[in-house]
Amino acid sequence: MPRVRYIEPDGREVTLELAPRQSLMRAAMDAGLTGIEAQCGGNCICATCHCYVEPAWLDKLKPPSDDEQLMLDNVAAERRPNSRLCCQLIIEDALDGLTVRFPDRQS
Amino acid sequence: MPIVIVGAGQAGIQIAESLRQEGYGGALILCGEEPHAPYQRPPLSKKWLIDGGTVSALALRGPAAIERLKISMKLNSRVRAIDRNRRALDLADGTRIAYDKLAIATGSLPRALPVPGASLPGVLALRGIEDSLTIGAAIKRCAAEGQRIVIVGGGFIGLEVAAAARKLGAEVTVLEGLPRLMSRVTAPVVSEAFTRLHRQHGVQLVFEAQVVEIVGHEGRVAGVRTAQGQEYAAGCVVVGIGVTPDDWLAGSAGLRCERGIVVDDCSRTSDPLIVAAGDCTARRLADGELVRLESVQNAIEQGKSAAAALMGRSRPFVNAPWFWSDQYDVKLQMVGLSRGYDQVVTRGDLAKPAFSAFYFRAGRLLAVDSLNRISDHMQAKRLLDHGLWPTPEQAADLQFELPSLLKSSRPATADEA
Repeated sequence: MPRVRYIEPDGREVTLELAPRQSLMRAAMDAGLTGIEAQCGGNCICATCHCYVEPAWLDKLKPPSDDEQLMLDNVAAERRPNSRLCCQLIIEDALDGLTVRFPDRQS
Repeated sequence: MPIVIVGAGQAGIQIAESLRQEGYGGALILCGEEPHAPYQRPPLSKKWLIDGGTVSALALRGPAAIERLKISMKLNSRVRAIDRNRRALDLADGTRIAYDKLAIATGSLPRALPVPGASLPGVLALRGIEDSLTIGAAIKRCAAEGQRIVIVGGGFIGLEVAAAARKLGAEVTVLEGLPRLMSRVTAPVVSEAFTRLHRQHGVQLVFEAQVVEIVGHEGRVAGVRTAQGQEYAAGCVVVGIGVTPDDWLAGSAGLRCERGIVVDDCSRTSDPLIVAAGDCTARRLADGELVRLESVQNAIEQGKSAAAALMGRSRPFVNAPWFWSDQYDVKLQMVGLSRGYDQVVTRGDLAKPAFSAFYFRAGRLLAVDSLNRISDHMQAKRLLDHGLWPTPEQAADLQFELPSLLKSSRPATADEA
């Protein structure tokens, strides 16, 4: 099962095994990571599951949808070129080892 | 002695998690009446109702998280009374739990229809997972047997269930007591867009319909009768006429309640050892007004405030409230409270629909409802949180960039239009 490394705002690292087709948001919420809020539960309407993708992985991800782009323009923390919403990142085998970092605030 | 949280919903789990983040290392007990660990309620009238799915897909936190947070979960536990003198809870099963401090997050209960026949089998309301499963099964049965679903109430829940029922192939009638949909929270221009949307999808909408009786046949629901003398045949009836805060436990213990447990902006109740958060509360604003919110954001923000208050810190809930609803392919997002508005301007395409309604009072922005206008919603949220707003003319002008106001970082005035 593909593994994802999450870096919490305080620098703590947590590696999780994700189930097939699981979103990075769902796995982080199930594990109780603190750097994510996911207030809307994965509907791409609240922008509180913002993460920074380790740049090396960026072009291996499906590009953000128009809706996600609009949300990313309005995240609470700094928007960077590697900003994504975890609820829109669905795991696949090719993403084994993906690393994401949570910003210091989500709302 | 532990901190005890009564109510294992969105606010309850937030209080528990935030307490750990605030550095609380002591014992923590979370009591819930339902058999389920904390789960998301919004999908129960939306995607989950349509697609079905596992209960674990709704979980707010997984078992691993609950273990890591060292939360002692007491599910299937109804708290019968709070003994504030002895600082203890009496549970329905006869056990007694002592507490050091207490948090109440008991949520809200669907308002019952006060008419004869309302308790007939087949008359359904939505609160929990089992209700959603029951409604989903009833919709599918009605679709298969060619019977109509009658929904009482044209608010969020009623309309989301209507959309789900159409998607599942059932015929749907919505009976609304007032002259338009969602009239308590939106302007006519938004109601009209949703009226068109539901009619396009084949929903029969009836306005100013006062339900006087649920008609039964052979021991189960058969129809709904209105004061106008109409009878609407029904294979099942879904009642969505709002909720009442579940403040019974708090009220019985002598905590101040006024249509909800009265709390300040830091979620403190009238007892210094007790906080409350979420749907069960009524928050006292600085000007003395009480505001009741029923939303995920409110549960989360008040939950954070409550945890901080239990640790002796002040973390007021100050952000603009926001809400959302999904109906068919329309995403409705609302920020702010529009009550008391004197002007509404729209931005975007009403027919599509892809527009936002901006509500003003004396030229100051109160709230924005967005239909398939995600960026308007997100930008308005940031503006309201910063105490900024466009003029009505700027709001209506699609060429005007709302984020430009954040750069100038001061409120616009009417003569700048």
